[in-house]
Amino acid sequence: MTAEFFQRALIGGALIAVTAPLMGLFLVLRRLAMIGDTLSHVSIAGVALGFLINVYPVAVGLAFAIAASFAIEALRRTYRTFAELSIAIIMSGGIALASILFTVGRGYNMNVSSYLFGSIYTLDGTDLIVIAAVTAVVLAAALLLKKELFLLTFEEEAAAVSGLPVRYFNVLISVLAALVISVSIKIVGALLVSALLTIPAACSLALAKSFRQAIALVVIVGEVSVIAGLWIAGIWSQAPGGTIVLVMIAALLLSLAARKIRV
Amino acid sequence: MSGIPARADSCHREIVALEQVSYAFGSQQVIENLSFTARERDFVGLIGANGAGKTTLLRMIVGLLKPDRGQIRLFGTPAKSFKDWHLIGYVPQRKQFNPLFPATVREVVLSGLYGRGKLLKRLSKADALRAEDAMDTLHIGELADKRIGALSGGQQQRVFLARALINNPKLLILDEPMVGIDAETQQNFFHLLRHMHQRHNMTFLMVSHDMEMVRSYLGQEPKQVSGKLSFYVRHSHDLEDCVETDLLHTLRKEGT
Repeated sequence: MTAEFFQRALIGGALIAVTAPLMGLFLVLRRLAMIGDTLSHVSIAGVALGFLINVYPVAVGLAFAIAASFAIEALRRTYRTFAELSIAIIMSGGIALASILFTVGRGYNMNVSSYLFGSIYTLDGTDLIVIAAVTAVVLAAALLLKKELFLLTFEEEAAAVSGLPVRYFNVLISVLAALVISVSIKIVGALLVSALLTIPAACSLALAKSFRQAIALVVIVGEVSVIAGLWIAGIWSQAPGGTIVLVMIAALLLSLAARKIRV
Repeated sequence: MSGIPARADSCHREIVALEQVSYAFGSQQVIENLSFTARERDFVGLIGANGAGKTTLLRMIVGLLKPDRGQIRLFGTPAKSFKDWHLIGYVPQRKQFNPLFPATVREVVLSGLYGRGKLLKRLSKADALRAEDAMDTLHIGELADKRIGALSGGQQQRVFLARALINNPKLLILDEPMVGIDAETQQNFFHLLRHMHQRHNMTFLMVSHDMEMVRSYLGQEPKQVSGKLSFYVRHSHDLEDCVETDLLHTLRKEGT
């Protein structure tokens, strides 16, 4: 439990447990819950490319995720009333590209499953710095723009009529989501990133009466689940990503039960 | 080039001006060559069949749609370069928000203040007081901490009106505010609007289905008919000037 790799895992996990659920809440409220899956799968393609060309994989993954978020926005405007279409297309594109790149890279020393299921114990110093930087950026944006993000999420048109630059805000949200997702991959893996974004939001929506409460709850649920999950995984040497997700699902069941009692 | 046209009679300032405005959805021409001017303290009731372009027109005025041709001026400034959006309160049609959205009545009312002017700024004590005033004025003060989705349709409508009023706007735009509200609440709501029109320096632009209500206040004959749109206008000239300029304070004092 005191091993250095475990401490790094705890620090990285604790940081991600703030940002991913926070961004997830905004995405869920904007009905974009599935975007997490899409961006993470595209990001995996970037990670694979990073290995192939020998560039820091998380950075290439990040670039891919940001490009994908713009592509989703563009497609969304083309198929205005079929928002989910763009998400599905970009996701399959990402998986297709990733599978080809993985095949190309067979000879290289590339650990595919560590990116699909996460490998929080292999976080190194560079990873922690990147995660800390992303956390700082996301928190700064959320704190400085919380009023505007609230209005934009609640009612985009009202934000536009108030004279807010809605288009820039949409780009900002996409880029922040891409940032968070691509650094979360190392923690829980591409297949489970979406859980980190959506389950705390689901807990929070079950209990929160106000937006303030929703934000506080989403962070608390995320933080408690990630720390508890890592702890349990450490004790019984289970897969940390999977354990975190199961703890979050337990938290969701508790939240739903708590709501039943209260109502 | 912009700026408010100087007029001796300030109560006739031009608030919204449409000049030969046209708009089409694809091949379907919705609004064609429409010109209309609403002046200060006018109450404009906009009547028309479904698909006549009422909502489209309001959405063009608040900048959510761009006219294909023609020009829109707001407070004398071309809409393209208009920046003073806090002067306009807008209550859109049938709120499509998610009823499970975690937001209290107070949070929604306060969000009326979140424009360009408040970007990166904290809310002040005065802002919080304005929200309380707006809610008290519309008799939703005791609902302040309730979740917006838990309210009835009429109460929600009051919340959105409070949000539109918190900036003390000079122009209030309402799109079918009475839809989905019971008759008694409709009466109260209309009474409130009438009161605001008569006692305050405010201009109204309202889309409505309810001919009876519109005619009873705005007169039997439309001032202007363009295509399928009819404009009923009543000007409130009995300037019992409000000593206090703050709408919410005076409204509350008079006690509706």
